[in-house]
Amino acid sequence: MRPEPRLIEVRKNVLKQNDVVARALRDRFRAAGVFVVSLVSSPGSGKTAFLEKTLTFLRPNYRVAALVGDLATENDALRLARSEAPVKQITTGTLCHLEAAMVQSALEGWDLNQLDFLFIENVGNLVCPSSYDLGEDLRLVLISVTEGEDKPLKYPTIFNSADVAVVTKVDLAAAVEFSWETAYDNIQAVRPGMPVLKVSAKTGEGMEEYLSFLAVHLIELRQAVVV
Amino acid sequence: MHELSIAMSIVELVEEETERRGVQIDAVHLKLGALSGVVKAALLSCYEMACENTPLQGSRLVIEEVPVVIFCPTCQAQHPLSSIQLFCCPECGTPCSEILQGRELEVVALEIQECAPNPV
Repeated sequence: MRPEPRLIEVRKNVLKQNDVVARALRDRFRAAGVFVVSLVSSPGSGKTAFLEKTLTFLRPNYRVAALVGDLATENDALRLARSEAPVKQITTGTLCHLEAAMVQSALEGWDLNQLDFLFIENVGNLVCPSSYDLGEDLRLVLISVTEGEDKPLKYPTIFNSADVAVVTKVDLAAAVEFSWETAYDNIQAVRPGMPVLKVSAKTGEGMEEYLSFLAVHLIELRQAVVV
Repeated sequence: MHELSIAMSIVELVEEETERRGVQIDAVHLKLGALSGVVKAALLSCYEMACENTPLQGSRLVIEEVPVVIFCPTCQAQHPLSSIQLFCCPECGTPCSEILQGRELEVVALEIQECAPNPV
């Protein structure tokens, strides 16, 4: 008997399991008419402050809720709860990103039909979350002015996977000599055509434009579902 | 660093295949896109770890790196990108957002040791 190496073709996506769950989630979100936004950024870019403001501003007119991923603490969920919107923490332990199955189990007991917007705050990380589809309609990547304009060039994969970029902490732009043009060009280099918004969660600057952006997307989603 | 979870997914996926087919694995061939978000070197070392105490222990991971290929609306043609920091047509400079290739994270083939049938 002589062993012979042989190749057998397989062609299987390594993340198939995640993609299957993400697709099921997306179908559920569509059926319920809820618009789902995921937020990704590096730690400290102001995701939680931005999300807290988002929930607070949307709440008078929309039914909103949030899931928030964090390695170890529940601090973010406690902060977001101040908006009085339903918030659930997903503690990932040592895992550096959220996966679709975690979103699925966190949603247990929630009636999606009672929601207009669901926000999913990923773990602060610009590398790992890019590979995992969470079933979201829109992936929003945040970059704060204090991080520097070259973040998109350093992390092109996550910026390329996003649908909209939001530059946060713009109230500090002058103090850190942030160049809006350079940041904008860098974002466009790695993701041509991506809309870029400027906000300050602290002063409220740019929040109105961002909220109308979301409102338009919700209308479009519901029209698409009806058609 | 999510390469360990990726490596574990690979091992799980291949184990299923080998059980189903009743074969022993020598090597796993993987396509890795430049936009997959996975680092080759890290994945290779994590793969070894993930294989420990599994039927795949001692197997090799053979990675084929796949460059990003975009479609240029101006040239009406596809081009590979030399850098993922600039999504522009290398020929005419048009910004290109249509990605044809480069997100792969796919097990494409398994190399197995097979015993040739005994000559009759």
